[in-house]
Amino acid sequence: MEFKRIPPHRTHAQNRVGDKPLTKGLIIGGVVIGTLFILVAPLAIIFIQAFSAGAAVYAQNLKDPATLHAIWLTVLTAIVVVPINIGFGIAAAWAVTRFEFFGKNLLITLIEIPFSVSPIIAGVAYLFVYGAQGLFGPTLEELGIKIMFAVPAIFLASMFVTAPFVARELIPLMQVQGSDDEEAALSLGAPGWRMFLFITLPNVKWALLYGAILCNARVMGEFGAVSVVSGNIRNVTNTLPLHIELLYHDYNAVGAFAAATVLASLAVVTILARAWVERYDEGRAEVKKRMRPGGH
Amino acid sequence: MAGFSLPFRKRRILPGFPLALGVTLVYLGIIVLLPLTALVLKALDIGWDQFLAILTSPRTLSAFRVTFLCALAATCFNAIYGLALAWVLARYEFPGKRVLDALVDVPFALPTAVAGLALAALFAKNGWFGAPLDHLGITVIFTPLGIAAAMAFTSLPFVVRQVQPVLEDIGPEVEEAAFSLGASDFRIFRAVIFPAIFPAFLAGCSLAFSRAIGEFGAIIFIAGNQPNYSEIAALLTFIRLEEYDYPAAAVIATALLLSALLLLTVTNMLQSWHLRYVGRGD
Repeated sequence: MEFKRIPPHRTHAQNRVGDKPLTKGLIIGGVVIGTLFILVAPLAIIFIQAFSAGAAVYAQNLKDPATLHAIWLTVLTAIVVVPINIGFGIAAAWAVTRFEFFGKNLLITLIEIPFSVSPIIAGVAYLFVYGAQGLFGPTLEELGIKIMFAVPAIFLASMFVTAPFVARELIPLMQVQGSDDEEAALSLGAPGWRMFLFITLPNVKWALLYGAILCNARVMGEFGAVSVVSGNIRNVTNTLPLHIELLYHDYNAVGAFAAATVLASLAVVTILARAWVERYDEGRAEVKKRMRPGGH
Repeated sequence: MAGFSLPFRKRRILPGFPLALGVTLVYLGIIVLLPLTALVLKALDIGWDQFLAILTSPRTLSAFRVTFLCALAATCFNAIYGLALAWVLARYEFPGKRVLDALVDVPFALPTAVAGLALAALFAKNGWFGAPLDHLGITVIFTPLGIAAAMAFTSLPFVVRQVQPVLEDIGPEVEEAAFSLGASDFRIFRAVIFPAIFPAFLAGCSLAFSRAIGEFGAIIFIAGNQPNYSEIAALLTFIRLEEYDYPAAAVIATALLLSALLLLTVTNMLQSWHLRYVGRGD
């Protein structure tokens, strides 16, 4: 192969692909403009539309009893589901990262399943368990227990779609950390619960917090799965995302956008929390370095 | 169980295995496995002929065609734009980069119903995007284009977040070597950089495609939902339920479930391919 000198217009810092000023400017400019259209505009239009009839109308829309009830039900769902998800996530991560057993990889895949199936599938599947046509439907009806088209179904469907959230954050981190600290604590005579409270939990607190934040955002925003199982009864089983659709179909677009600002604000808080956790959590950087490609 | 091999025993000094595994299995069993099993049983219960008849009815076929074609279009868009975004975030320093990095997560953090509402407003005939597009004779709202747009929005972060860390990992040495041999920017990208990110890129595309197929909330606001034209498979499942046609709902949902599991397997294979690829370089 013919040997060529490095072209003289390249300084050392420019010896990488796409580092010529023109190329770099064009690519950054294109992507930033694209992002304004694709990612910023949808966020902006929600707030602009919500306030399009003035702040007074906005406040009135939010104070509507049906909207307030939807907000309450959404918060209640998160209060029930997120702690359960944290408990499951810790248990799953502990089992998967600290022990070897038959079928471990299958179990990890199983945890991931809710993440890849459509939320509609989750809703339909629950109908075939607890609905009138379902496995337990007739028995439940005899006992007078109502799960489908009632609040319990909303909890269950939310648990399905968020099952992987905390576990997915904990597993790679706990794998990278290993169990040396925990074994040391045990060998010094600490009982299991003390080891867990004072070694394991502090080691994973950021990942746990991050998983819980993501889980919360998904629970509060879940639409597909909940819309199948809830029955959409106003003031009874209407969560905030369902209420937004209901207002929209009632031709109350401004009201729909007002309700949507609550969830959009939650999304902004979630994103800020993510940036904050990324900055302070060293364990996360370590996981990223060792476990590439990291999740998403 | 794996028996009492040495590593197993050594690890067993940590407490809590029965409790942790028990909680995990019971929770997954009740929350994930039981409903999915009930769904598949329901679909199988109908009998093979009936199953095929529902699946090959014109409206179902059309819904699956629309879903897959729109998901393909959305994934192609995300492959290009997502790669550009990942490139910018991984390779350049510029003011506002942290904001751009945070914005990539908007589609994940924004509830799908809110995204659908926002996109419907943007692409409405008198909306920010809809009005100029209308001038050009392009209608997005209430057409399959709208479905593709909603799918592209909700699945955008997958390609970025898969490719970005891999791009960050590529050291300058290879590129400098290629430059010193006189290769052009484009040639180095094609022959050196792209092969290195290819598995992660494909895994990102596969995740995005899978998400696009399952998307529901964002789409129904913008699609118009006309049967045989802009009706997606997830919505058809929902409609069959509302018509109390449970067998049809079970069959369509099972078909969606199978395609999701297939894509999950493909993604897992791509990721382990990538990990092997990285491991070889160490």
